[in-house]
Amino acid sequence: MHSRDAIVAEIPRLRRYAHALLGEANRADDLVQDTLERALSRWRLWQPLRGQGTPRAWLFAIMHNLFINQIKAGKAVEFRPDDELPDLPTRPTQEDALGLRDLTRALASLPGDQREILLLIGLEELSYQEAAKVLGVPIGTVMSRLSRARARLRGVLDEETGGGLLKVIK
Amino acid sequence: MNPQSIPTPIGEDDLHAQADGRLAGPRRLEVDHWLASHPQEAGQVAAWRAQNALLHRAYDNILDAPLPARLLDASRPAAAANHWSWRIAAVVAWLAVGGVIGYWLRGDAGLSPDSRGLASLPHQAAIAHAVYSPEVRHPVEVGAEQEAHLSAWLSKRLGGPLKPPHLENAGYALVGGRLLPGEGAAGGGAVAQFMYQATNGRRLTLYVRNDASGSRETAFRTAEEGGIRVFYWLDGRFGYALSGESAAFTSAELLRVATLIYRQINP
Repeated sequence: MHSRDAIVAEIPRLRRYAHALLGEANRADDLVQDTLERALSRWRLWQPLRGQGTPRAWLFAIMHNLFINQIKAGKAVEFRPDDELPDLPTRPTQEDALGLRDLTRALASLPGDQREILLLIGLEELSYQEAAKVLGVPIGTVMSRLSRARARLRGVLDEETGGGLLKVIK
Repeated sequence: MNPQSIPTPIGEDDLHAQADGRLAGPRRLEVDHWLASHPQEAGQVAAWRAQNALLHRAYDNILDAPLPARLLDASRPAAAANHWSWRIAAVVAWLAVGGVIGYWLRGDAGLSPDSRGLASLPHQAAIAHAVYSPEVRHPVEVGAEQEAHLSAWLSKRLGGPLKPPHLENAGYALVGGRLLPGEGAAGGGAVAQFMYQATNGRRLTLYVRNDASGSRETAFRTAEEGGIRVFYWLDGRFGYALSGESAAFTSAELLRVATLIYRQINP
């Protein structure tokens, strides 16, 4: 069925984003599951827009709303880094492993809205317009929030690693 | 004004767009050129690019990971199995509280004691709709291609002349019909169900019961049970109930079809 395939095709990206957003695999998959359930209950609402490519932005918007609602409801959604790093298909080098640990710690120090924009743009590669739509904010807000998020991440990484981490992969 | 003669000043948004690969050719070159003489901003763009690369290195492996079964289950369209099992559960739930519905209808001052049996009509019709309308392979016992046989058979079993109304003009083709058990000796043993389908696959069923206690007529009444909307009425010896899923049919649409059926029965 076309509708199901289109949604299933987005699951890996939803998982990647949720994992980076929440820092921990199980809670990330919980959020993905809630997103899928809500999406399917509203599937008919998306139908008219079906000609406009994939349901990606729509799904990210649903996930964003759930994330925000959880924060408002005071649930413990704040970033909690994995004790173990995600399993990598190839064994990470020691340098990689340390670097990724620094990254998850640095992400944890960002406020939720900055983490969202940083990941939507930097990891999920949404356009600025798409990100504005997903987050329901004007594009100017996207740019200023992105700027703050990047400056903060850079500051934290520099502090932790003396800038080494970012230099390594330049 | 020739835009090329006055270069647009390069702002921070351009730098982000450069880091994210979002600039179109000419502007990208312009910004590259500008960065060559602005080492501090160039370092910033490089750091942002490095952040993006780091994020990919940290999390891209999730893209290739096998999907957990619970997420695949959650992505199954509600229209299929989940929705259907929910509806069955709803049907079972009203079977359990059927007495409550009867009690509730008893309080309806507009109903004569004689028509108390009417209370069960939408209930039975909705259950029959829920059970048979999702059927893919055997939605009916006798298909529309044997309409004459269908009419003769059901007329005989219900004890009165009965023909499936034609609803093509309203956009619904007759799929066929089936015979169902009624509520027992008093209510007349047999019930007929006709099924109709729109081109988009939505189905309506018309449930016809022999109410047997002489000529009566009621106005259209509506009921909604377990996500199924029912329009029902008595007309002569038969009770009729037209059912469709509430999510797929508005009251107005059901009323339109019910009116058409009524007119065909009473030309």
